[in-house]
Amino acid sequence: MLEIKNLHVKLEEEDKAILKGVTLTVEPGKVHAIMGPNGSGKSTLSYVLSGREGYEVTDGTATLDGHDLLDMEPEERAALGLFLAFQYPVEIPGVGNMTFLRTAVNAQRRARGEEEMSSGAFLKLVREKARALQIDADMLKRPVNTGFSGGEKKRNEILQMAMLEPKMCILDETDSGLDVDAMKLVADGVNALRSEGRGFLVITHYQRLLDHIRPDVVHIMADGRIVKTGGPELALQVETEGYADIVAGEPA
Amino acid sequence: MASRAEQIARIRAETTEARLAGVALPAGGAWLATARREAMGRVQALGLPTRRDEYWKYTDPSTLTAPAPQPAAIFDTGGKPPLFHEIDRVRLVFVDGRFDAEASDDPRLAGVEIERLAEAGRADIHWAKELYGTLEARGQKPVARTLAALNTALAEDGVLIRVTARAEKPVSLVYLHRSETSDAMLHHCVKIEPGAELTLLESGAAAARLNTVLEVDVAAGARFHHVRMQGRDHERRAATHIFARVGEGALFKSFTATLNGRLTRNDCVIELAGRDGVAHVAGAAVGDGDFHQDDTVFVTHAAPACESRQVFKKVLRSGAVGVFQGKILVKQPAQLTDGYQISQSLLLDEDSQFLVKPELEIYADDVKCSHGSTSGAIDPAQLFYLRARGVGREEAQALLVLAFLGEALDEIEDARLADDIRSRLEAWLTRHR
Repeated sequence: MLEIKNLHVKLEEEDKAILKGVTLTVEPGKVHAIMGPNGSGKSTLSYVLSGREGYEVTDGTATLDGHDLLDMEPEERAALGLFLAFQYPVEIPGVGNMTFLRTAVNAQRRARGEEEMSSGAFLKLVREKARALQIDADMLKRPVNTGFSGGEKKRNEILQMAMLEPKMCILDETDSGLDVDAMKLVADGVNALRSEGRGFLVITHYQRLLDHIRPDVVHIMADGRIVKTGGPELALQVETEGYADIVAGEPA
Repeated sequence: MASRAEQIARIRAETTEARLAGVALPAGGAWLATARREAMGRVQALGLPTRRDEYWKYTDPSTLTAPAPQPAAIFDTGGKPPLFHEIDRVRLVFVDGRFDAEASDDPRLAGVEIERLAEAGRADIHWAKELYGTLEARGQKPVARTLAALNTALAEDGVLIRVTARAEKPVSLVYLHRSETSDAMLHHCVKIEPGAELTLLESGAAAARLNTVLEVDVAAGARFHHVRMQGRDHERRAATHIFARVGEGALFKSFTATLNGRLTRNDCVIELAGRDGVAHVAGAAVGDGDFHQDDTVFVTHAAPACESRQVFKKVLRSGAVGVFQGKILVKQPAQLTDGYQISQSLLLDEDSQFLVKPELEIYADDVKCSHGSTSGAIDPAQLFYLRARGVGREEAQALLVLAFLGEALDEIEDARLADDIRSRLEAWLTRHR
């Protein structure tokens, strides 16, 4: 499904390589986790895949179902089924959350040549999905993420994911800034979306999120490369040993 | 060599003399003739504005004060329905500044007297005698607004509205532009009696050059809502003036959307004259290219415990210029004043300009007054967030621009009117991608 081969990326504005040959394949129905110390390039990978400006791909490829992601606008990637849950969801004062959701859902439908969702059907769906994430009517009415708590912002990301039903979900540090209860709520939301046809790439610094979202495969990233790949037990190893030993034990 | 002050005086005298050459006061009307004569006296005493005046530093008044207007092409609406066409309202139509009775609706409305200025001026006794030119004359201090005095002296048409109850539907002034060289002056007076309420709408391209004065007296406990759209005439040159007096516990709300136009100067002068009065004035302007739009607002708090808000938002691109000059004057008796002013621009490129002059002048000691002004571009993080959710760049940008204008649009109380204005702004944004 998601296939990344030998991806090299540098910052556009300075001559600084961030990703130095990342190779990774996420199969449908699987949850892959990327763990790694700060500055290893985890978030850059999520931004490059979703199309944020400011990065230059110097080598390698990234495809989703065979389509070249790197050649597409961010909105085209989204319509193809790629979703990034942001580490820092952006506040947009003046745009109601509901308007935003509906605009996004219908923009993707239009891009795929599907009919727009009627306002009745949309309302019904959004209420149902919001309830599961304990998002109340007030949060739906307020401007996007504006004045939301950390937990509310992350739940709002998962609500968008539930509404947009992407094929490939990238979660960038979704656990950051969450207490245990909020993390559980978010993890339940993600787990509810796990299905045979959907892939996940869960980026996290800590192992604790992976107690709630059980990964099939765990990758350790350091200095712009995947240095180790294993099963869920690898995450536990990070928890007990820390990154330093694991990273040091691998050839650079 | 002549001093700078002498030079300015000479330019002003020449400009005024050229404008008034061969101009005669309109004939007829006992009380109206007196008001016109007095106004002409003010024009001669104050002189017309020049670029060297403090409040015309950012906006060149020469095309507004010139003896003849610059021609302006007539905009083809392409058969699209006019603004507010689904709103039940009493339409009063003016073609190039002349009332068109046949095109207008029956002006009978319960609790509302509507008369044409030209006809009411002939009456011996008329309520408008106390209002016509009175608020305009008061509004000449401390800043001269001579184009408004010129209007009081020379305007031949306009509407006089007296409201004694809660009007069941809005009165809608509909302007049509049919002549490429029309030079229109309209003078409207609105008197809202205690406890009464009216919504006044203004829309449509009016003339090649337009000068309007709207004098509004909102009596104790009365409410006045004004929603205005300036658009559909790309070569418009307009100077508009609102003079309002807001009585005890009364409400005055005015919103203006400005789209396109070569030169638009909107003056608004408000006096909060009675305790607990409320005055909100707001504007949303969008323009590109040779668009110059200027909001000049002067709010005087003369009575205690009044609230005023000024909310102005401008979206500018491709060399467009936006100006905001806003003042809050709090007189000594106006304790417990709550004054607020915000002016913001969204510059869609580096060629456009936003020129701002906020002023506070406060003589009371127990007041709350705040003002702020910002100028910025579309936030790239917000744009990326929307695009990452599948919203195309242009749609995302339009959504963010409308969000930026939102605080001004929120000043329109009637949701249907706000929706109409919002959809017109959306359409503009779609056309100007």
